[in-house]
Amino acid sequence: MIVGIFSKKRSLWIDAVLFILVIGLIYAIMHLGKAMVAPYTPSGASKPLDLSIWKLPYYAGLSVLRMFIAFAASIIFTLIYGYLAAKNKVAEKILIPLLDIFQSVPVLGFLSITVTLFVSIFKGNSFGLELACLFAIFTAQVWNMIFSFYQSLTAIPKELSEAADVMKLNWYQKMIKLEIPYSMMGLVWNSMMSFGGTWFFLAASEAITVLGNTTILPGIGSYVAEAINEGNMRAIFYAIIAMIVVIVLIDFLFWKPVVAWAQKYKLETISSGVVPTSFVYGLLVRSNWFKYFWIALAWPFKLFGMFLNFLAKLTTASRKVRKQPLTHLIGKIIGGGIVLYILFILLVYLKMLYHVLESTPSSMYWTIFSDAVLTLIRVIIAVFLGALWTVPAGVAIGLSPKLSRFFQPIIQVAASFPANLIFPFVTILFVHYHMSLSYGAIPLMMLGTQWYILFNVIAGAMAIPKDLLEAGEIFKITGIKRWKKIILPAIFPYLITGCITASGGAWNASILAEVVQWQSTTLTCKGLGSFISAATGIGNWTGIILGIAMMCLFVVVINNVLWRVLYRIARDKFSF
Amino acid sequence: MAKDILTTHNVFRFFETKEGGQLPVLSEINLGIKEGEFVSLLGPSGSGKSTLLRIMAGLIKPSSGTVAYLGERIEGINPGVSMVFQSFALFPWLTVLENVMMGLEDKPFPKEEKRERAIKMIDIIGLDGFENAYPKELSGGMKQRVGLGRALVSEPDILLMDEPFSALDVLTAENLRRDILDLWHEGKIPAKCIVMVTHGIEEAVLMSDRVVILSKSPARIREQIAINLKRPRDSKHPSFEKMLDRIYSLLMQPEKKQFYPDQNIKDELIHFVAIGALTGFLELLADFKEKQDLYALAEKLSMEIDDFVPIVDSASLLQFTKVETGDIELTKKGFEFAEASVLDRKKIFKEQFVANVPLARKILTVLESKSNHHMNYEFFEDMLEKYFSAENVEKQIDTLIDWGRYSELFAYNEVSGQFYLEQGEFEIEEEKDEN
Repeated sequence: MIVGIFSKKRSLWIDAVLFILVIGLIYAIMHLGKAMVAPYTPSGASKPLDLSIWKLPYYAGLSVLRMFIAFAASIIFTLIYGYLAAKNKVAEKILIPLLDIFQSVPVLGFLSITVTLFVSIFKGNSFGLELACLFAIFTAQVWNMIFSFYQSLTAIPKELSEAADVMKLNWYQKMIKLEIPYSMMGLVWNSMMSFGGTWFFLAASEAITVLGNTTILPGIGSYVAEAINEGNMRAIFYAIIAMIVVIVLIDFLFWKPVVAWAQKYKLETISSGVVPTSFVYGLLVRSNWFKYFWIALAWPFKLFGMFLNFLAKLTTASRKVRKQPLTHLIGKIIGGGIVLYILFILLVYLKMLYHVLESTPSSMYWTIFSDAVLTLIRVIIAVFLGALWTVPAGVAIGLSPKLSRFFQPIIQVAASFPANLIFPFVTILFVHYHMSLSYGAIPLMMLGTQWYILFNVIAGAMAIPKDLLEAGEIFKITGIKRWKKIILPAIFPYLITGCITASGGAWNASILAEVVQWQSTTLTCKGLGSFISAATGIGNWTGIILGIAMMCLFVVVINNVLWRVLYRIARDKFSF
Repeated sequence: MAKDILTTHNVFRFFETKEGGQLPVLSEINLGIKEGEFVSLLGPSGSGKSTLLRIMAGLIKPSSGTVAYLGERIEGINPGVSMVFQSFALFPWLTVLENVMMGLEDKPFPKEEKRERAIKMIDIIGLDGFENAYPKELSGGMKQRVGLGRALVSEPDILLMDEPFSALDVLTAENLRRDILDLWHEGKIPAKCIVMVTHGIEEAVLMSDRVVILSKSPARIREQIAINLKRPRDSKHPSFEKMLDRIYSLLMQPEKKQFYPDQNIKDELIHFVAIGALTGFLELLADFKEKQDLYALAEKLSMEIDDFVPIVDSASLLQFTKVETGDIELTKKGFEFAEASVLDRKKIFKEQFVANVPLARKILTVLESKSNHHMNYEFFEDMLEKYFSAENVEKQIDTLIDWGRYSELFAYNEVSGQFYLEQGEFEIEEEKDEN
C-alpha cells in the first residue's frame, strides 16, 4: 500500500496548497511563540483578555501550541523513561512504582506549587507561567504514555529480540529498528487518548489563582475564565464552539494521518480487512513537495541519530573488553552516588515535611481527612451514576455496528472536550435554582469522567464473542437473565478499567468542581478539592501540601484496595 | 574434512531455582562442528537443545565451559553465526527486501551495496518479485525463506536453525527442506556449516551428516550418529528406515536413572498430557492387541515425536504400558483401563496415579493432614520450586490438577487458589452460591 508512494501520482495543486499551509503554520508558530515570552508582571491583575470573537482563533492557536509543545516533551520523556525502566533492572525497580504513584497524583493540585516555582525562576517574564502550564499538561499525559511504551518494550517477542542480537545490532540500532517500531501502535493510541484527556488541564491551568493573584496566560481556557468574570455568556458559547472545532481539526489533520501512518507498525502476521485511512495522510504521501519538506525537517534528527549510533558503537565496543573491574567499579560508584543523592534529597524533604507537620494544629488533619471523605463519597457517586447510564448506552452502541459508527466520533470529541468549559452553564443553573454545590459537584465531576466508562463499555460490548450471544439466543436467555449471565460478566473487566480511569479523573476534577464561580458569585462546598483550591488561593503552603498528600493517599489506597481487587477478579474470572 | 569451525568445550548450563539451588539444564556438552558439515541436534522436548543452540550463538552464556569460533573463545554474540528462528522473527513493519537488508545492518557496506546483496540473496531463496511485500502478505513457507535470506545475506560461517520447519504445514515444510538441501549441496548457501535443532527424526536423517542425540533434563550428549546414506536420500529406502528405527528406539529407551536432589520426587516431570489423549491412546493399543513398534505406531498416528513421547511416557509412568527395545505393549492394568466404563476408569486411574506418582501421594498426605483439608496453591508451588524451573512448576501443577480432578483424588478452586479434598455435598453447595 505504501510502497513507492512518493513517486506516484504527484499533483501540482496539492503541492501548492500544502506549501501555503506549511508556510502559514510556520508563521503562526512564530507569531504565537512571541506571545509566550512576553514580559509579565505578577503584581496586580494581568492584562485582561479581549473577549471579541475575532481574537478567539488567536487564543485557541496559543492553546494548541501549548498542547503540542507539551506533547513533544512527553514523547521525549516517554522514550527515555520507558527505555530505562525496561532495560535496567535497578532502574525498573524504582521507576515503575514511581510511575504508579505519579499516575495517582492529582495534577491540578500541584499546579500551585509549579506555578510559584517557575514564576520565581523566570522573574518578570510570562515564560515561567507558560512553563508551569506546559508542565501541568505534560504531567497529565506522560505517565500513561510511558506505561504503554514500557509494556510494549517488555512484551517484545524473545525471538525477535534474539534475531536483532544475532544480527549484531547495537543498542541504538535495536531501539530504532525493533523497539520503537514494535511499540508504535500502542504509543500512538495512548498518545491520542492522553492528548485528548489533557485539554481539561490546559483549560484549567491557563487561568489560576495562586497566592491571591489570578495569573492569566492568553488561551482558550483563560478566555472562558475572563468570560465568567464578566458574565459574558455569548463569549463562553463561542469558546465552546472554537474548542469543538479545534478538537475536530486536530483529529483530522494530526491524529488521523498519524494513525494511518502507524498502521505499518501493526503487529499482525496476517493481513486483516479494515485499515484505518486518512484523507490528509493520503494527500501528504502523494505530494512530491512534502517529501522534500520531510527530508529538510528530518535532517537534524538524522544527525542526532548518527551521533547516538556512534555513541552506541563506542559503548558496545567497550563492552567487549568490559572484563576490567575498573569500569565496573566506576559504574558502581556512579550508581551509588545517584542513590546517595536521592536519599539526601528525600532526607531534606522529610525534614521539611517534619517542620510542616510539627507546626500544624491537629484539628487541621481532621478537617482535611473529613474533607477527603466527603470528596471520596462524591467520586464514588459520580462513578456509580456514570456507570449507571453508560452501561446500557455503551452496550447498545457496542452491539450495534450502525449505532457505533454514528456515535463513536461524537463520543471521541465529547471525551476530549474539556468539561470545565461547560461548568459555567451548570453554575448558572445552580445559582438560579439555589442548588447546593455539595450535590452539584457530582454532575460537574461526571461531565468529564463518564466518557471513560462509556468508551470502555463500548469496547467491551464489541468484544463479546458472537457465538456467546448466539448461544444465549438459542437457550432463550433473554431480558434480565441475558444481562446477568452474558453481558455484564463479559463487559465486567472493561467496566472496571473504565471506572478506574473515571475515578482518577473525578479526583482531579474535584479541585475545579467544588469551587465554581459566575461573575461575582462563588459557590463552594466542603471537600478536599475546595480545600486545596482555597489553600492555593491564599497561599497556605501547609494546607496545599497536606491536602495534596491526603488526595494522593486516598487515590493510591483506593486504587490498591478497591480497584485492584476488582480488577483481579475481572481478569481471573471474567476474561475469555 | 577440515578444521572445526565451532566447538563447545565442557559446556554446562544451570538454572537457578528460587531457593538458590541449581538445576542442570545442559551437562558436559563437547561438540565440534566441521567445515562442510550439516549437524542436527535431536532430543525430546524440554531437553535443552534450543538452549544449546543459543549458547553456540552467544545469546545465552554457559554457566561453565566455553564456546569457540575458529579456535577462539567467544564473549557475547558469536561473530560467525547467523540464525533462523522457529517463529521466523521477521520485522512486520519492514518489507522483504528491508528485512533481508537487516542482516547487513552491522556491515560497513554502502547502502547501495547492501541492497544489491540483499536482492541477490532474495533471488537465491526464490522470492524474486516479492521484494516489496510485507511479511503479513506472505505464506509461512515464504516467511521462513525471508528468515533464511536474512540469515545468509551476511555470509556467515555458521548457520544456526532453530526448528525452522515446525511452524509450517507438512507440504510447505517438505518443499522448503528440499530447497534448502539443494541449495546447500549446490554450494549456494554461503555458510560453511549448519547446525539445526529439530524434533523430527525423519527430518534429521534426511538432511544432516551427523545427528547428535540429547537426553532429557539435564541434556547431555547421548549418542552421535553419522548418517552416511547416499544423497539425495529417499525416506522409503530400507536403510533410511533402519536408521529411523535405530534413532527412535534410542530416544524411547528408558534412560539410566539420573541424579535428583530429592529421591521422593525422582520420577520428575510428568508431562502435560490431556486425559482424553491418554485414554484414546490406550484404547487404540487395546485394539491392536499385540506389541507395537514405537516408530511404526507414531507413523501410523502421524504424530510428531514431541507430541508422541509425552503420551508414551505418561502411560508408562502410570504403569498402563511397558516399553522395551522400541516396542510398546499394554500392561494388565492398561487393558483393564481400556475396557472399563467411564466411571470405573476413574477408579483405576486413581489407583495408578497414587501408586506411581510420588507428587500425588504428597499432595494427598498434605491435604489429609490439614483439619479443613484445604491447602494453598503457593504451598505446592514452593514445594516444587526446589526441583523444577518456574515454567515447569506451573506445568507440573497444572497437570497434577488436571489428573487430580479427573480421578477425583483432590479438587482445586481457581478463584481461591486452593487444593482441597472433596467432601460430598458441601462443596457443591458452595459452587451453587457462586453462580
